[in-house]
Amino acid sequence: MSANILVVAEHLHGQVLDITYVMLAGARRLAKATGGKVIALLLSENVQALSQNFNADIVRSYNHPAFEDFSNDAYLHVLEGEVKEEQPRVVLFGHTTIGMDLASVLSARLDLPLVSQVQRFEALNFISQICGGKILAEGALPEPTALVTMTPGGYKTEEGQGQNPPIETKQAAGVEKKRARLVRFIEPPISDVDISKEAVLVSVGRGLQNQEDLAMVERLAHALHGAVSASRPLVDKGWLPTSRLVGKSGKAVRPKLYLALGISGAPEHVEAITNSEIILAVNTDPNAPIFDFAQYGVEMDLTELLPALLEKLEQEKVS
Amino acid sequence: MNILVIIKMAPDLVEELSIDASGTALDTQWLRLLPNEFDEFALEQAILLKERVGANVTVVAPQADGIEDALFTAAAKGADHLIELTGEPENLNNHALARAIAALIPALQPTLVLTGVQAHNDLDGQSGALLAGLLDWPYVGYVSGVQIVERKAHVRKEYPGGLLAEIEVDLPAVLGIQASDEPPRYVAFSKVRQAMQSATIEKRDIGVLNCSGGTVISRMFQPEAKGHAKMLTGDTQEVVARLVEILQTSGAV
Amino acid sequence: MRYEQVKSVIVLLALLIAFGLFGWRIYRDVWRNLRRGQPSFPLRDWGKRLQGLLVYVFAQARLFRFLPPGVAHFFIFWGFLILSLTILQAILEGLTAFAKEGFTLPGLGTFGPLALLQDWFAIFVMLAVFYALYVRLLVHPQRYQGSHKAQGVMVLLFILTIMLSLLTMNAARINLGGDILAPWRLISSAVARLFSGLSSSAQWRIAEISYWIHLGVVLIFLVELPGGKHFHVITSAFAVFLRNLEARGRLPPLQQVNGIAGVQAVEHLRWRQMLDLYTCTECGRCQEVCPAYNSGLPLSPKLLMMRLRDHLKERGRASDHPNSNAQTILTKKLVGEALQESEIWNCTTCYACDQECPLFIEHVAPIVDIRRNLVMEGRLDAELQKALDHLGRYGNSFGQSPRMRAKWSQGLPPIVDIRRQPAEYLWFVGDYASYSATLTEITRKTATLFQHVGLEFGILYDAEQNAGNDVRRAGEEGLFEMLMQKNLATLERCQYGKVITTDPHTFNTLKNEYPDDWRTQHEVLHVASLLDDWLATGKLRLSRRLDYAVTYHDPCYLGRYNGLYDAPRRVIAATGCKLIEMPRHAERAYCCGAGGGRIWMQEGQVSERPSEARIREAAALKGVEALVVACPKDVTMYFDAVKTTGYESKLRVLDLIELVHEAL
Repeated sequence: MSANILVVAEHLHGQVLDITYVMLAGARRLAKATGGKVIALLLSENVQALSQNFNADIVRSYNHPAFEDFSNDAYLHVLEGEVKEEQPRVVLFGHTTIGMDLASVLSARLDLPLVSQVQRFEALNFISQICGGKILAEGALPEPTALVTMTPGGYKTEEGQGQNPPIETKQAAGVEKKRARLVRFIEPPISDVDISKEAVLVSVGRGLQNQEDLAMVERLAHALHGAVSASRPLVDKGWLPTSRLVGKSGKAVRPKLYLALGISGAPEHVEAITNSEIILAVNTDPNAPIFDFAQYGVEMDLTELLPALLEKLEQEKVS
Repeated sequence: MNILVIIKMAPDLVEELSIDASGTALDTQWLRLLPNEFDEFALEQAILLKERVGANVTVVAPQADGIEDALFTAAAKGADHLIELTGEPENLNNHALARAIAALIPALQPTLVLTGVQAHNDLDGQSGALLAGLLDWPYVGYVSGVQIVERKAHVRKEYPGGLLAEIEVDLPAVLGIQASDEPPRYVAFSKVRQAMQSATIEKRDIGVLNCSGGTVISRMFQPEAKGHAKMLTGDTQEVVARLVEILQTSGAV
Repeated sequence: MRYEQVKSVIVLLALLIAFGLFGWRIYRDVWRNLRRGQPSFPLRDWGKRLQGLLVYVFAQARLFRFLPPGVAHFFIFWGFLILSLTILQAILEGLTAFAKEGFTLPGLGTFGPLALLQDWFAIFVMLAVFYALYVRLLVHPQRYQGSHKAQGVMVLLFILTIMLSLLTMNAARINLGGDILAPWRLISSAVARLFSGLSSSAQWRIAEISYWIHLGVVLIFLVELPGGKHFHVITSAFAVFLRNLEARGRLPPLQQVNGIAGVQAVEHLRWRQMLDLYTCTECGRCQEVCPAYNSGLPLSPKLLMMRLRDHLKERGRASDHPNSNAQTILTKKLVGEALQESEIWNCTTCYACDQECPLFIEHVAPIVDIRRNLVMEGRLDAELQKALDHLGRYGNSFGQSPRMRAKWSQGLPPIVDIRRQPAEYLWFVGDYASYSATLTEITRKTATLFQHVGLEFGILYDAEQNAGNDVRRAGEEGLFEMLMQKNLATLERCQYGKVITTDPHTFNTLKNEYPDDWRTQHEVLHVASLLDDWLATGKLRLSRRLDYAVTYHDPCYLGRYNGLYDAPRRVIAATGCKLIEMPRHAERAYCCGAGGGRIWMQEGQVSERPSEARIREAAALKGVEALVVACPKDVTMYFDAVKTTGYESKLRVLDLIELVHEAL
């Protein structure tokens, strides 16, 4: 067993995903505790461009066209060999639509212990955020090698950036065999707004009970020169298109102002808004996790607040 | 085609959760268990496939409070065969569950195993992906729609950023379902009651659990006292006034 | 052969053919279908039924709710009865013509006052027919939209012809000098004078031609009857006599036909409901008062009845004559093809249509029966599905924890937990009053008021479950039963006398639908009655006299369903407020749109929400400052509507409790 920390970097369509930097930040702390190195594992064709600012000691790259788009068979094939050989103390995956396809399968195949939904570390203890963010569970990272899936929110992405680590290239063999093959990407419908580029987002969630009330939300967004976005439940209901979805399977956003209306703040949602400058949350539940991430909070029903707020804003405009 | 659906119960987040005296687990006094919502999507997807291409749907679930209701509800929706895993459910983790189910595979001969992509209380990975690892079957998670085309599964997988991809998967396979092609159907209460009369739950003892691969929790706690956010208080007018101030200073107005 | 012999033979043949066709059409299109219907409610209370027959058929009591057409119909109906003797006379005269000329009905045929009455009624009927033609052809009110116009006009012309031919026949006979009752027949005599100069053979020809027209049209009308809306002249007496006398607030039990719950096909209707379909006159009074129809949604109670009737007939014929064409009819779905799914879901179960129908046709009950089947089949909108899921899981539609049910009471003087401590009154708070943020303050005021008068009361805290009124009306009978059983199991362990609630929906189901033995032990009261009683007995004294004008909205489940119109009005009067009624009030109050589970469903493409129409109606009253309501759902509906219509600063929405509080 080595003291090293392995980070399985995530990227898609030539872009590193934010979760990778969060993992690097976590890995840096773990490495301090173990005295090992942070090794970023990058399975890609385009290593140089992607790994420039990784806060890692080594970037170990596997270059192969099979990695062009994420394929869990190809990834797993490499990971299995890498983990067996390197025997790191911890392997970090994103608790994402990519990392979750890998970590559990690997845990079963290599008979290595696995910890999920880890938000942060304290020395060699993990702290997992479960039950929609309402409960934290702490424990020692199991031995010999702990596989970990990490949620965002514990560390800032900047912490995972900054160096230009040396790149170690390794040969990937036998990764052509894919039992699950990408047929095509289904392009999301072209939307009028790209919420990831908006400066002001008025975002609504489950707390909005009636579809008619969406009109008020639209008015508010209009008054603030922003756009309307939503968390999963409202998109599932079909009230808003997927293009407006903020969250793990939607878009990550970074507005100057993020108004979270009736959004409880499940980890899948929060991970996509951490780069907002100001988060202002309105929720009837004073214990809603969203208040942990917001700078300002209001404990009030939307049907009560929205009309009053709109009226005030429209008055201001007139005067 | 045989489809196996794995469902399990998870705490209802509508109820306020609290920690028990040991400090390492949830207090069960007010705990309400519900079928994991992603598992309900998995079940719906299985029933949809049964309706479209014909299949024998078996639902397997570990013993828990309310699991019989969940299984009978599955039967009312159209599941053919119900299995409840009995034993020591208290210590059951996803690794142990995956092993218990892997042991059933030779007898059940499923072509497709569907289960929720995750549960909100997962601490040791996801039972579907673990099962795929144990069986060395292909696995795709975050699936929101499944079709069977020429003895292969064509699934829609979600990637980060809301990107959707169509993926062809060799069978047999395990899929982690995030949403079904259509939302879970409503099943009338009297239909569940009828199912209670007509359907039977086969109980299978899973014997001694092998929980290795899981984790040990030394402390469970609730997030720090709230107040990261500065709470705006007062009557509606006062709150609105403060809000407008903040919006103005943020440059939005 | 002599003419008289020919006449007898033709009349005999015509009668045989007409009555034969009439009977055969009834057998084919009505009788065989009714036989396919399901068992209906038990028939008893014969005295009440007889009384109904007198009041609603003979006195036509409900028709006068639309006054001018009601009066016109009254004369046509009575003209029909009085003049039926002239038809009998004509028939017998024809049949006996071969033996002797000039048959008269024994006794009646020589009774002068009857002749006078018949003469006058011929004129009344004609005037009524002219008015009806005017309404149908020129006014064409919206309530006739979709009704069979040509058929209506044709029948009116039949009646006109029958009347005219009667008068000319009588007139010619007077001119011939053979009518001993001529002095009584003032109208006929006047007509006679118009052509008194003609020869007697011409007079005879006029008499005979009129005779043939008169009898001929009568028989054609008879054959035509079972085919359309005018069949009600036969069925209405049966329909009224055999009407449902159960409490309005009690839905019929869920029926199962061959293991199918509710109504999936038209023959799953109860036979009595089928009779309603044949009784519908397409008058559209139901449509005119329907909140779904008036908000632009695809539901008209009238068209629903008509579509069901057409479908029942075509399906009946198809199953009696199975051929290739029949197969397509037999595979036609009731909901989705014969009816639209949205028609069934848009009903608010407000009972305005049932209330308005002159012939007691039931619309709400069959709609719920159809919903019951749709729910079984899982065909319901996602929002409703979510609400029902929540109700099943948490006992409330809000999807909130039962532990939060009594959160509204925090900070108030403690309220007795009736599960632990007996109390005289059990307050069944209800979902909206418990969970809706809009209602918290009102619910707290209710508790404060109870405490103020020293009422000994308690609540069920987290053990209370939704009473189930609207769950049942949404068609989820199994869930309704489960909720009821859970409530009853809790109630069984409590000691209490009467049950009070502020929610008319809860009130209705507890009062009318919970098991008989429970209901006989515990009187269920709406808070309006309680307030009324306290004010009358002096238990509650108001110190402030409010001196502004208000209007009052009757909740459907308080007013129409349970007849509580006066108590809330007396309470309003006691506060000193001046009550100005809206045009639609009491029995005719317009529904807010929330009932029957509609509050949980997607609203659809409405042109004007019922709640907004109601706010506009209230706001149009001069000097009215507040709309007073007595239902938590009304509070939420009108709070929204007063904002969306922009009347927020002009009209306050006040619960009755708030009004009383203001006057304390």
